Amino acid sequence: MLKVAVVRFPGSNCDEDALRAAELVGCEAFYVWHRETSLKGAEVVLLPGGFSYGDYLRSGAIARFSPVMQAVSEHARAGGAVVGICNGFQILCEAHLLPGALMRNAGLSFVSKPVDLVVERTGTVFTSAFTKGARVRVPVAHGEGRFVADADTLAMLEGEGRVVVRYAPAGPGVEGNPNGSVNDIAGIANAAGTVVGLMPHPERCVDAKLGSDAGLPFFHSIAAIAAGAAR
Amino acid sequence: MTYRVHVRVMPRGGLLDPQGQAVAHALAALGFQGASDVRVGRAIELSVTAASRDEAEARARQMCDRLLANPVTEDYLVQVEED
Repeated sequence: MLKVAVVRFPGSNCDEDALRAAELVGCEAFYVWHRETSLKGAEVVLLPGGFSYGDYLRSGAIARFSPVMQAVSEHARAGGAVVGICNGFQILCEAHLLPGALMRNAGLSFVSKPVDLVVERTGTVFTSAFTKGARVRVPVAHGEGRFVADADTLAMLEGEGRVVVRYAPAGPGVEGNPNGSVNDIAGIANAAGTVVGLMPHPERCVDAKLGSDAGLPFFHSIAAIAAGAAR
Repeated sequence: MTYRVHVRVMPRGGLLDPQGQAVAHALAALGFQGASDVRVGRAIELSVTAASRDEAEARARQMCDRLLANPVTEDYLVQVEED
C-alpha cells in the first residue's frame, strides 16, 4: 500500500481533508508533525492548505524552515513525490523546490469559490489520471494566490511544459482567473513532474455526497504511483 | 557591540502592488490630492551583536536573503546604527 505523509504545521487546516482523500483512493495515509525529522517511510508527501505560522512575514516563509522540511527537500531531490496544495504550494516556492512566488491577490480580497481549471500537463504525480486539456471544477480559498515569476523563469516554465493546471479563460458560466496569476497559472511542477504545487483544493471535492468528486482524479494519480517506485 | 538594524522590504518595482493601489484610492477618496504611485512594504527592526558595523550589516543581509525578504518578489534596504 502506498504510504502518504500529510505534514501538519501549526496553522494547517486542510490536513484532515488531505488525509481522507488519500485514504479514499486506497493509500496508507498518516500525519507527520512539522517538528519531526523523518517522513516515516512515506513515498508521497502532501503539504496541505492552511495558514502555517499564521502566514507571518510571508505565506510559507517560516514553515519552510521547519525541521521536517529538510526531510521533504531530500525526498524531493531524490525524485520522491511531493504535492503542495494552497499553503503547501506557497511553502514549496519559499523552499525553492518550485520556482516563482505567490503574492497578494490582484483584487486584494480573499477568494473562496469554485474555479474552472484546464489540466495542461498530465505527466505529473498529481495529474496522470487526467487527459490533457481536461476541464475540472475545484474550489480555491486563498488571499495570496497570485503566481508571479520573472520573465526568464516564466519562459522556462512554459517552454518546458511545467504549467500543470491553468485557470480556464472567462466565458459563459466561467469566471476565469480569480487572483491575477501571470498566464492564468494555477499550478506548476518541477521538470520531472514529481514535485507539484497548486492553489486550488482538490481534496475538498472528493465525495459526490458532499457536492462533488471532481477532485478525485488528482488523488487517483497519486494512488497510481507504484508503491516503492517513488523513493 | 550591539547594533540596531533597520530593514526595509519593498515589493519589487514593476510587480503589481494591490495594497499600494488600494491605499492610493483611499487617499484620493479622502481628498488628498497629488498622491500617486503608492507602494506598501514592511519595516523590520532588530538588534544584532557583532564585532563591527560591517559585520552587523553583512549578517543582516544574510538574514534578508534567507528569510526576511523573498528574492523573487521583494527588494530590501539595510541600515545599521550603534545601539
